[in-house]
Amino acid sequence: MGQFLDRLHYFRYEREPYSDGWGELRGESRHWEHGYRNRWSHDKVVRSTHGVNCTGSCGWMVHVKQGVVTWEIQATDYPRTRSGVPNHEPRGCPRGASYSWYLYSAHRLKYPMVRGRLLKRWRRLRQSLEPVEAWAAMMDDPEGRDYKSVRGRGGFVRAKWDEVLEIVAAANIHTIQHQGPDRIAGFTPIPAMSMVSYASGARYISLLGGAMISFYDWYCDLPAASPQTWGDQTDVCESADWYNSGYIMVFGSNVPQTRTPDAHFLVEARYNGTQVAVVSPDYSEATKFADIWLHPRQGTDGAMAIAMGHVVLREFFLDRQAEYFQDYCCRYTDLPMLVTLRKDGERWIPGRYLRASDFDDALGTPENADWKCVGFDADGSPVVPRGSMGFHWTGEASVERGKWNLEQKTADGRDIELQLTEIEQRDEALDVAFPYFGGIGKEGYPANEQDDVLLRKVPARKLAGKDGDVMVATVFDLLCAHYGLDRGLGGRCAKSYEDDVAYTPAWQEVITGTPADDVIQVARGFAENAEKTRGRSMVIIGSGMNHWFHQDASYRVIINLLMLCGTVGQSGGGFAHYTGQEAVRSEVGWSCLAFALDWQRPPRQVAGTDFYYLHSDQWRYETVKPADLLSPLGDPERHSGTLVDHGTRAKRMGWLPSAPQLDRNPLEVARAAEASGKDPKQYVVDALTSGELGMACEDPDHPDNFPRNLFIWRANLLASSGKGHEYFLKHLLGTPDAIQGADLGETGDEKPEEVTWRDPGPEGKLDLLVTLDFRMSTTALYSDVVLPTASWYEKQDLSTTDMHPFINPFTAAVDPVYESKSDWEIFKALAKKFSELAEGHLGTEKDVVLSPIGHDTPGEMAQAFEVRDWKKGECDLVPGVTGPNISFVERDYRAVHAHYTSLGPLLDTLGDGGSGVEWNMKPETDQLAALNGTVEDGPAKGRPRLDTDIDACETILMLDPVSNGEVSVRAWEELSAATGLSHKHLAAGRENEKFRFRDLQAQPKKAITAPTWTGAMNEEVGYSGFYLNVHEQIPWHTLTGRQHFYLDHPWFRDYGESLALYRPPIDTRTIHDVLGRKSNGNAEIVLSFITPHQKWSIHSTYMDNLMMLTLARGGMILWLSEADAKKAGIRDNDWVECFNANGVAACRAIVSQRINEGMCLMPNAQDKTVNVPGSELSGKRGGIHNSATRVIPKPTQMVGGYAQLSYHFNYYGPVGSERDNTVIVRKMAHVDWMEEPLEPAPENRSEATTAGERS
Amino acid sequence: MPPSIIDQFLYVIWPYLCLASLFLGSLARYDRDAYTWKSDSSQVLQKRKLQWGSNLFHYGVLIVLLGHFLGFMLPEPWVLAITQTETVHVMLAVVIGGSCGVLAFIGMSILIYRRVRYPRIRQTSRKWDLVVNLMLWAQLGLGIATIAFTAQGLGGEDFSHLVHYVQSIVYFRGDSVLLLQGIPLVYKIHIVLGFTILGVAPYTRLVHIWSGVATLAYMVRPYQLVRTLRRAKR
Repeated sequence: MGQFLDRLHYFRYEREPYSDGWGELRGESRHWEHGYRNRWSHDKVVRSTHGVNCTGSCGWMVHVKQGVVTWEIQATDYPRTRSGVPNHEPRGCPRGASYSWYLYSAHRLKYPMVRGRLLKRWRRLRQSLEPVEAWAAMMDDPEGRDYKSVRGRGGFVRAKWDEVLEIVAAANIHTIQHQGPDRIAGFTPIPAMSMVSYASGARYISLLGGAMISFYDWYCDLPAASPQTWGDQTDVCESADWYNSGYIMVFGSNVPQTRTPDAHFLVEARYNGTQVAVVSPDYSEATKFADIWLHPRQGTDGAMAIAMGHVVLREFFLDRQAEYFQDYCCRYTDLPMLVTLRKDGERWIPGRYLRASDFDDALGTPENADWKCVGFDADGSPVVPRGSMGFHWTGEASVERGKWNLEQKTADGRDIELQLTEIEQRDEALDVAFPYFGGIGKEGYPANEQDDVLLRKVPARKLAGKDGDVMVATVFDLLCAHYGLDRGLGGRCAKSYEDDVAYTPAWQEVITGTPADDVIQVARGFAENAEKTRGRSMVIIGSGMNHWFHQDASYRVIINLLMLCGTVGQSGGGFAHYTGQEAVRSEVGWSCLAFALDWQRPPRQVAGTDFYYLHSDQWRYETVKPADLLSPLGDPERHSGTLVDHGTRAKRMGWLPSAPQLDRNPLEVARAAEASGKDPKQYVVDALTSGELGMACEDPDHPDNFPRNLFIWRANLLASSGKGHEYFLKHLLGTPDAIQGADLGETGDEKPEEVTWRDPGPEGKLDLLVTLDFRMSTTALYSDVVLPTASWYEKQDLSTTDMHPFINPFTAAVDPVYESKSDWEIFKALAKKFSELAEGHLGTEKDVVLSPIGHDTPGEMAQAFEVRDWKKGECDLVPGVTGPNISFVERDYRAVHAHYTSLGPLLDTLGDGGSGVEWNMKPETDQLAALNGTVEDGPAKGRPRLDTDIDACETILMLDPVSNGEVSVRAWEELSAATGLSHKHLAAGRENEKFRFRDLQAQPKKAITAPTWTGAMNEEVGYSGFYLNVHEQIPWHTLTGRQHFYLDHPWFRDYGESLALYRPPIDTRTIHDVLGRKSNGNAEIVLSFITPHQKWSIHSTYMDNLMMLTLARGGMILWLSEADAKKAGIRDNDWVECFNANGVAACRAIVSQRINEGMCLMPNAQDKTVNVPGSELSGKRGGIHNSATRVIPKPTQMVGGYAQLSYHFNYYGPVGSERDNTVIVRKMAHVDWMEEPLEPAPENRSEATTAGERS
Repeated sequence: MPPSIIDQFLYVIWPYLCLASLFLGSLARYDRDAYTWKSDSSQVLQKRKLQWGSNLFHYGVLIVLLGHFLGFMLPEPWVLAITQTETVHVMLAVVIGGSCGVLAFIGMSILIYRRVRYPRIRQTSRKWDLVVNLMLWAQLGLGIATIAFTAQGLGGEDFSHLVHYVQSIVYFRGDSVLLLQGIPLVYKIHIVLGFTILGVAPYTRLVHIWSGVATLAYMVRPYQLVRTLRRAKR
């Protein structure tokens, strides 16, 4: 007060002139400064981070003032890296800096919401019925389910928590009773970026026996090549390690845009003298780092990379033997391993690896001899080196135990020297046939036509096996032949780089349009650097390549380059794949919690791509046939039918998981099994074999086999990741869609063999869709129940990433606003309601659970040679060998809440672990009991409490080796038993460190080196994938124990991908039936449809944030080249439609020189909630990028039960690729914003609204 | 003829009420709501129309106001010493005041058009923003309209009455209302509206007039100021 009066003091005004009166010292009031000071004052600062979507895991300091989150700033207190490497801080980007906007925005979900129609009917039924009966009554009445047809069309009303939880719990109980627990499913992605939130719903669903759906494969972020080559999902270096590299190739990864907080390491690396080659078809932001920019035609990177491999083999292996490369390849890759050759007429075809069991005495190592590979020693005799999978899974007391390592020794300890090539000792040079796909072209993609089978001379040797003589060649000799290198053996091969022979630099120029000289220069530079620095050459790679159908083939070509140059497992080198990765550093602790492994095993899990492909009925529209993909050397008989048949076979043989699993309620099956008097497992085997019992996946369109309840949290499944968005709408949800094509029933095409075809296709399979979110995303709009969840500044959780080695906390800066609750609390409340309502409906039940043959378990040694299908009578159904594992799990449905909120006893008795290492956890559960307290009464009496989200965090930290040094040492000792080497030193120095949640709040902590990972984190090195394999001689989890150039599974041979090669983008056939059919008078052009990340959002998060909207054009956009825009008469900012048989999106055009002719670029996950007009084509509101996609699964990625090709949740499985798509783009003639109601309200809306208010 | 109660109110009481409001209201706002003290520029939302409208209006109206101040407030002998005759005085007022008034009027017309026509401006406007614009626009219109009368009676009889009226208000003389007898209605409305505008100024964006005046302090300020902490405790 009194600011003005303060100024009225002229006579006692202090004035002291200085500098001759040019300046003056004044004694006036400085009260006004408080205003500015106040603007930046705050009551508290809390460390938190941003979740789910972004893999940055950046520390942010969240500022709170008067109980309101006001802003966030980047944390700058990361521990310094170590000498010689720049520091991490500051981490963060404009997106994260704008997050606090969401908390109080109009977009925020504030109350539980329910679809009006559903709620109205529910309340009416509830007047006379108990909750479970009310849900049953609603499901029994076809009219009662009519709320499905208005999904996504508004009509939400507010409800109280108690009422919504009752609806959801009643639906779950009804579903378990009538259809089975496996008809309940849950989807949430990326556990690393808020482990407790992921675990909350997963724990609830797992306790019910519902199926958790994987995301990494479904998002197409899983590089299938990684498990294929290394037996590991994705294991990459932290971004600081880029600095250690001498040569970096950036392949289809937009580092500054999608790894913004890490990009500074790439800049610093350049200051450090690192060469950078950027490969990107468009002039992407990452191009600014480039010393040389290579821009192959989109989707043809594989052709370029294989030519680089050609150059490296020529110059570093054949013309001259680079010593480091030779040594590395002999020790750490399968190049010296032997492959059998099969005679086929005049030619020879590469077959499977030669195994120890092919010899009379198994070369002295009889245990698991089918799973031990063979090489040549220096004296030319076949030997079985240590490290193969057969050594991994020896019996506890076996004499062969402790031999699973990469020492150059045989099982009996004799030193050996494996040989890469047998060209000098060859018995013959055989004409070996290799498939060639580069001759397949399509519009916009020139082919390089050669024979579709290439005959090449391979030096081979004859060995005496137990079944007679066998011709063998080393993988290296096969690889050189395959790459078309001339080794003086004659035949057709490349004499020089200028020959247009697969796979020379000149050959690739035809396909990629990249000058051969550039390719040679980069290949040579990359390899030279690796040779001089012992492997410090790196490839940073990302979704730009990974989302293509043949992602694994292209990736493997690049990985070949990395392996040849000895870069993998070296600091500053190797494979740095950054695409939606989930480095859950605390994987063990988290998975115990998430899948309730402490109470029940095994959990139900299902592969995302397969689940959605099946249940959104995208298979009904399949245009790609196995014949399109098979190798000319493959056996089409074995791969008859359609792609969905491959999935069905895979699930039947226990390769892939499935859900729903059996064609009837598994609780019913378990009861029948018990009643039968037989061994219950045998009962199920017999029933399946006789056909009395079927798999649900054989008839997915039968109402008995629908998934009924789906929970989605931390995800925008229907929009951002809903590949085949319109199919989801039609079949899974039963609401209007914009599909432009016809299904196989209408087109009269060939139907699946193994799957029952039903006409018409079912619509509205889901009875209840529940979404938890903090904002009204597209998925929330289509849900039946929307639950308001805590934002990232309102809960306690953990976050890790593979971009840095720290564990970051989420911290509640304020309590969840309005009526929102954290995910942990929501599912806890639901568990409570469920347990209450279950009384009288469900008790202690037995449940039959089918689970696939798992990777990193002894079961992964299933069918060693041929693929046999029990359903076809080729073999018996042996659970865990020729079919899925069958287990009986007991669930007490009245104790779901008690189990949810306490840590169960199985960790004490069975222990747990990860990556094939298991250990006892009793000491940790005891400590948790002391730390969290124990449950006083009820079904979980005496168990450690798991009441709050902090309890959950402490549990994860306590159980996991990366945050508990004692556990890490114990786990290393377990691993030592298998390898016979001591690894304890890796964690010994940190044995007494035990992270607590509050420690992390004080400062992020660097994880402890653990055997669940393959890199070390200490004062000498940063995290780098496979570092420990190379430096500790720990084998990879693969068949040979080494990195694989060759994959000998019969399906890989049939599909021509035993050796990595170039496969062009596939023809998805989505244009023909639509082009020009519904003209609006404007020109229609066909373009390759590329859907990269956007700059101003992380998928759909932030894209609706006002601050981000004002930084970009705001709303959905499509980038076009100037040339294409001209053809279609499109000018910048025009409204355009982009469509094909799958659906249509309406958006604005950005015309730019940045884009190549022939492609368009629609940033993915621009949610359809902002600025989307109606489509002229569909008459409905324009969709999103996924409206024009449909997922096409790749058969080879379904292979399971075979060493590294075995299923593991989120680790392996078919990926949901979408990038080979083409779309039609045309200018819109009329833009309709569809502001008026679509149709007269089908019922009296005001009644539902009042009902909502009354509650 | 004695002045009516209504005249007494409109031309004496009302002006004092308005002036009281101007000073007390401004003081109150400065003390209580210092952070609302601003011109509320909408330049960030729309620029081109503002450039013309705002510049025309502001330059015009500043000259007009300066004219009003000089014309009314300088003692008569001083004025006559400069202009020599009353007629020249009036001529100056008509020519300079008139032309600048027209410029300001055009400017304000543009500003009103802009405020109504552009959705982003319209949506972000407060009710009073438009009212103030319309008041100024009417006031300028009235001012221009007076030119016709002033020009007729170039002798300056009425004009000197007006000068005296204004001075009487400022000097608290109390006889002011008598001076307005026989003055054409348009002047009277101009006067009442003028005081009303001053009266509402503290509660609207017009408060920035003060800030404009305060900027004059820059002309006498030393280049560098150091504000000591010694007295900053309050």
